[in-house]
Amino acid sequence: MTLANAVLAVIWFGVIAYAVFGGADFGAGIWDLLAGNPDKGERPRALLERSIGPVWEANHVWLIFVLVYLWTAFPEAFVSIMTTLYIPMMLAGIGIVLRGSSFAFRKWAAQLRYRRMFGIGFAAASLMTPFFLGTVAGGVASGRVPIGNAAGDAWTSWINPTSMLGGTLAVVVAAYVAAVLTARDAARSDEPDLASYFRTRALVSGVVAGMVAFAGIFVIRSDAPVLFSGLTDTYGGAVVLLSGVAGATSLVAIYLRKRQLSRIAAVVATVAILWGWAIGQYPWLLPDVLTIEQGAATDAVLVALLVAFVGAALLAVPSLIWLYTLTDSGALDTARPIRSDTSDALLQDLVAAGNETNLDD
Amino acid sequence: MRIEESVVEPLLAVVDANLYAARYQMAISLGFHIILASFGVAYPFFTFLAHYRGYRKRDVVGLRLAKRWSKAMAVLFAVGAVSGTILSFEMGMLWPGLMGPYGDVIGLPFALEGIFFFIEAIFIGIYLYGWNRLSARVHLFTLVPIALSGLAGSFFILTVNSWMNGPEGFTIAPDGSITDINPWAAMFNSGALVAWLHMLLAAYMMAGFLLASTYAVRWLRGNRSSVTRLGFLIPFTVAAIAAPLQVMVGDIAARALMERQPAKFAAMELLPDTRTRAPLTVGGIYVDGEVVGAIEIPLLGSLLATRDVNGEVPGLDVVPDGDVPPVNVVHIAFQVMVGIGTFLVILAGWFGWSWFRRRGPPESKLFWIGASSAGVLALIALEAGWTVTEVGRQPWIVWQIVRTSDAVSASTGIVASAIAISALYIVLGIVTIVVLRIIARRMDAGDDVHTPYGPSGTST
Ligand code: HDD
Ligand code: HEM
Ligand code: HEM
Repeated sequence: MTLANAVLAVIWFGVIAYAVFGGADFGAGIWDLLAGNPDKGERPRALLERSIGPVWEANHVWLIFVLVYLWTAFPEAFVSIMTTLYIPMMLAGIGIVLRGSSFAFRKWAAQLRYRRMFGIGFAAASLMTPFFLGTVAGGVASGRVPIGNAAGDAWTSWINPTSMLGGTLAVVVAAYVAAVLTARDAARSDEPDLASYFRTRALVSGVVAGMVAFAGIFVIRSDAPVLFSGLTDTYGGAVVLLSGVAGATSLVAIYLRKRQLSRIAAVVATVAILWGWAIGQYPWLLPDVLTIEQGAATDAVLVALLVAFVGAALLAVPSLIWLYTLTDSGALDTARPIRSDTSDALLQDLVAAGNETNLDD
Repeated sequence: MRIEESVVEPLLAVVDANLYAARYQMAISLGFHIILASFGVAYPFFTFLAHYRGYRKRDVVGLRLAKRWSKAMAVLFAVGAVSGTILSFEMGMLWPGLMGPYGDVIGLPFALEGIFFFIEAIFIGIYLYGWNRLSARVHLFTLVPIALSGLAGSFFILTVNSWMNGPEGFTIAPDGSITDINPWAAMFNSGALVAWLHMLLAAYMMAGFLLASTYAVRWLRGNRSSVTRLGFLIPFTVAAIAAPLQVMVGDIAARALMERQPAKFAAMELLPDTRTRAPLTVGGIYVDGEVVGAIEIPLLGSLLATRDVNGEVPGLDVVPDGDVPPVNVVHIAFQVMVGIGTFLVILAGWFGWSWFRRRGPPESKLFWIGASSAGVLALIALEAGWTVTEVGRQPWIVWQIVRTSDAVSASTGIVASAIAISALYIVLGIVTIVVLRIIARRMDAGDDVHTPYGPSGTST
């Protein structure tokens, strides 16, 4: 494996992590959007918020990781993509700002109408951001990004069949993964009605995602020939098939309420789609114009990036695992009973013991 | 005359809407992000001090403050993270002529910074949601990685900026290609350490004075509770220690600049001609190659810059025609920064003196009025400092290597996005302040528990 391939593999690892973890956060926002009026939507929204609250910022960093690695290892491809696909990138960026800030603000809005306003900001941006990022993927995959400073078409580079496929697929897959994961969170926090609420949604969105992915094969065949021949000439097709099988498995598992299996299969299906894309497009960075080797930075830089990745693996990954373990076990779930040795408990004990008397306000 | 013309000419040559729109958009985005980023660097430390005191001394006040500050921290971090993300987009979208040829040279610090973004985001999630979930001890110490990764993250980003001001770690071959790239040498460039220290102190000063000033206002309004007192003392003390150090580091930075970027230095000091026994120019503007309306303090310019009244100081005449930065902007911004820095040192000195004499903050109302304004002033100084650095580097995006006009994107729609970003940030800035005030009010009323759509009675 060449150095450039190794770094690209690291980047792809980041893309997949962002698609799964970040995607689930976007999906949560999409279900928030679809949860109906404030009364009906109150409990699902509360559950969604509790599920993503502690993790969304960390999940978001995967995107930054990908961008930074891309511009360092493949600078020419990076600026070509960013300047040609300026419009959808900008819209995705605005979506990211709206989403994160609305999410943080919503907690504090006392009046329902403000809460709704921030809720809509958060939820609408959760739809918009993956959609536009998906159109970017489609623009790249279908070979619409030439090399150069804004060399491609500002509009058709992302308003085209493959981009629409990419955008739609990103949205439905995000919704599907989120529904699968949230169904499990609901079951864990003893809210069986919500578990079945999200189970239904997981089934529906899973079927839709499967249909979109299937239709996508035909879109790619006519609109992204380089990618399509890559898929048919190599074992990429087999990976796409694996995605289909995993997707079907997860649907059956959801139906049978095998929650652990459904989670794993849903993640495998998502990973396999991205993996299939990578194999299909190999060895092109930008189909037909720039290969991985041509686009790569010099070896010293690539080595430095791999060193940085080892640093990340040593420092960030254990912390990340701790965070996911805490959330996964429900230890950070605010709806669960309070332990007795926490900071909050300490504060309450002190107040109860009368230490508050020194507060003269 | 000569110099003024040369400022106008190249600008006319590149009357290119994209250049202005892109610079403006970059300035807005960075100017916004840096405020939040500084909070991200310094705020966890203040929270740690309060929380640690609360935990060790079983002190209600410390714990109360830590809890209160953690609520604000959640909002500030969220806005900081998303505003930073847009910046990483913009580096590529707006400046392909920087990121295309040099993205690989300066990518390493960004990649390393990512590690610390992860750590910061992970532990902030755990701390914020751990108030009634983790053991009190573990919970307290989750603040430590947050504070440390703020230090590390700011170092890495500053290495990039100081590289733009003094590029190292590569060679340009005769055919124009970039060879011998050494990303480690580029990262550990010779300006990085001073720039980082100066930025770090600025972050502690801005966040500290700003946080303290909210309590100073309460104090002026007659609220002398122990919460107000401690809430003032913790951040103010840290910022007051940073203030004199900042002037020292700033002085080192300025003298280094004389060697590294004489054009910026001359603009900062508003000195038309290279000379010995140079005066210090206070105020004044530069019109047609002449300094108008300035107060000149004899010899001080040379003394400060070279530690010798006979020392030679570079003037704007060392700068080739066409490469002179916008002199007035740089000079005014520099004076604002230094003026505020001096004021803050005096304020800190007053506080220190009073503490030395009577173990308490000054009683004088004047002090409290000063303290109430210190936060906003520190913020202005920080923005002014960045204006010096960035505008003073013009017309180069990478000092003497890449011109900003050669780096800018050719995409259509940059003007539109610059407008959209401005509108977004104006609204976002206002809403952030409103939400922070709501948090303060709600915490005052003892109503810290509220999940938006949550089952009644649960807390975050
Ligand atoms: C609270 C904020 C604050 C205060 C009080 C000061 N500074 Fe500053 N200064 C900054 C905040 C700042 C900054 C915003 O953080 C900058 C921009 C880039 C950087 O690294 O720091 C900066 C840049 C900066 C530069 C430009 C460096 C370059 O372009 O390479 C110089 C020469 C100084 N400062 C000098 C001073 C001096 C002599 C001060 C004495 C009073 C001073 N600063 C106070
Ligand atoms: C965070 C604090 C910063 C602030 C407030 C800031 C401020 C500014 C301002 C005011 C400009 C416009 C100057 C002009 O065009 O006349 C600018 C330009 C720019 N800055 Fe900074 N800057 C900051 C840090 C950085 C850092 C750390 C980087 C790089 C990693 C950077 C990269 C740029 C670039 C690429 C431009 C556009 C080109 C140019 O006009 O020079 N800035 N910044
Ligand atoms: C001197 C200037 C800067 C400093 C000191 C700084 C520091 C920080 C800090 C401490 C954070 C995390 C805290 C928070 O989330 O609020 C942050 C977030 C971020 N910054 Fe900056 N930054 C600077 C400029 C820049 C520039 C020029 C870029 C991009 C080119 C950038 C990209 C980011 C990104 C992507 C994030 C989000 C990370 C996350 O999701 O947690 N920053 N910055």
